[in-house]
Amino acid sequence: MKALVRSAGFLTSVQDLGRPGYRQSGVSVGGALDPFALRVANALVGNEDSAAGLEATLGTLRLRFEDDRLVAWCGGGFTARLGDEDLPPGHAGLVAKDEELVLTAPQKGARAWLAIFGGINVPLVLGSRSTDLRGNFGGLEGRALRDGDLLPLGENGDLEIAAPWGSRRIAEWTAPTPWVATARRDPFLRIVRGPEWNRFTSDAQSSLVATAFTVTPDSDRMGARLEGPSLDRTDTSDLLSEAVAPGTLQVPPNGQPILLLGDCQTIGGYPKIAHVITVDLPIAAQLWPGDVVRFHEVPLAEAQELLREREENYARFRVGLSLHTS
Amino acid sequence: MKIEPLGDSALIVRVVDEFARDPDASLSEVLAALRALEAASIPSVIELAPAYTTVAVFFDPTRVAPDEIPETPFDWLRAKIEKVLKSRPALQKQKTESDAIEVPVCYEGEFAPDLPEVARHAGLSEDEVVRRHSSASYRVNCLGFTPGFPFLSGLPAELATPRRVTPRKEIPAGAVGIGGAQTGIYPRKSPGGWNLMGRTPLRLFDVQREPPALFQAGDRVRFRKISREEFDALSG
Repeated sequence: MKALVRSAGFLTSVQDLGRPGYRQSGVSVGGALDPFALRVANALVGNEDSAAGLEATLGTLRLRFEDDRLVAWCGGGFTARLGDEDLPPGHAGLVAKDEELVLTAPQKGARAWLAIFGGINVPLVLGSRSTDLRGNFGGLEGRALRDGDLLPLGENGDLEIAAPWGSRRIAEWTAPTPWVATARRDPFLRIVRGPEWNRFTSDAQSSLVATAFTVTPDSDRMGARLEGPSLDRTDTSDLLSEAVAPGTLQVPPNGQPILLLGDCQTIGGYPKIAHVITVDLPIAAQLWPGDVVRFHEVPLAEAQELLREREENYARFRVGLSLHTS
Repeated sequence: MKIEPLGDSALIVRVVDEFARDPDASLSEVLAALRALEAASIPSVIELAPAYTTVAVFFDPTRVAPDEIPETPFDWLRAKIEKVLKSRPALQKQKTESDAIEVPVCYEGEFAPDLPEVARHAGLSEDEVVRRHSSASYRVNCLGFTPGFPFLSGLPAELATPRRVTPRKEIPAGAVGIGGAQTGIYPRKSPGGWNLMGRTPLRLFDVQREPPALFQAGDRVRFRKISREEFDALSG
């Protein structure tokens, strides 16, 4: 069975949890810029975490299915319509055969992740179904979706679980709001110090956490370029390239930091002043040109503890869902 | 050796202090550390990535064995890594020159738009630049920039040429370039600022291969000068 892309929107691509294991070949991990949002959406429809879904960026995505399908979405402040009904983020909904699902016009944020029962069944490339938009491999023919594309879907399941939902065809149970609606106005992102923190002036160190930075237009899935006070170094000697990761805040010689996102290169030679913590990457994934962002430093142990708590809560959420869906 | 956090889900092992003094020995040390860490299969580790003087360790801090946590997942993993690297055996035998991967390169015409600039900068004839570039022995320091792009050390010092002031918007796949003291090969069409010297018909990156990149960090590489006819035949 397939889904027909009636309208592909501004930039929509097939993504899963990414392609770890190939950094040694220079391959970015990529995948959903907010992998947690995709996991939650997958859980809501009864998929494995790793099932491939769609990442939509701004614009309007319209899909039509060849059979009745459970769907769910999480992310920015989009509006989703399922026939005549609103499908709020973080709820499973049943889209009838030949009915249109419309995901449109975020009021806040930039991206949303849509899970479809059975997942999008494109071939695995280097262990992942993610689209590498720079490398042009993975996903659907290694590219963003176009109007008229047909997306192969995994096998459909038993839709009996939707029977109690009535004519609204939308599940009552949901995931915690902070997981499903991740766009914030003027967000704070929590950071830990980077390896080169001490190579920056004390002015740069205090500016990083005391000042607002604006996201500039040349931002994409590789990174958000920020504009603010110049972050100057005490030591301007060249660095050898070494690993970077999504969340790394690197500072080129012009002093304006770049917040690296999922499609970032595997290595970089710019000093790394800080890193956005993993639990705040969902908020970073919603940044769009013109947005204002601030940083707040936390200890590394707290960042790791927050991640542990989130994963514990997610495991409980999965167990809770299985009571509804079995 | 120094181990530093790289965010909350990765860390960097600084295996050697300096690279430039002895790139070959530095790289061998880093690769030995990489192999030892691979063999140790420490729980929570997702993948390892070497580059120049470092090995980055990507891990899942929520998968650290809970009954063993002394302070934080970072401290736990750092202790494990230190233990592995302290007990690692002496350096394994290095690959000999005969194990070098040979890369055929055509240094002619449209493939070598910056050869005159490199020759001018070096104060050598173009033929001499090509002769020196294709008779040196290189080593892959790391891969990155784009999938499969090898950063090679071993460029004869006199051939070092600063990157172009204005990078090109589009460089074809297989282009061989010089950027500062390094030489490299563009695996796919991409923008870039290196001085282009020639082109290879080899495919440096192919998702149908395992591993997908032709090179790995530590590999030895030699360039072999080929004619345009041979280039076309090999490209066939």
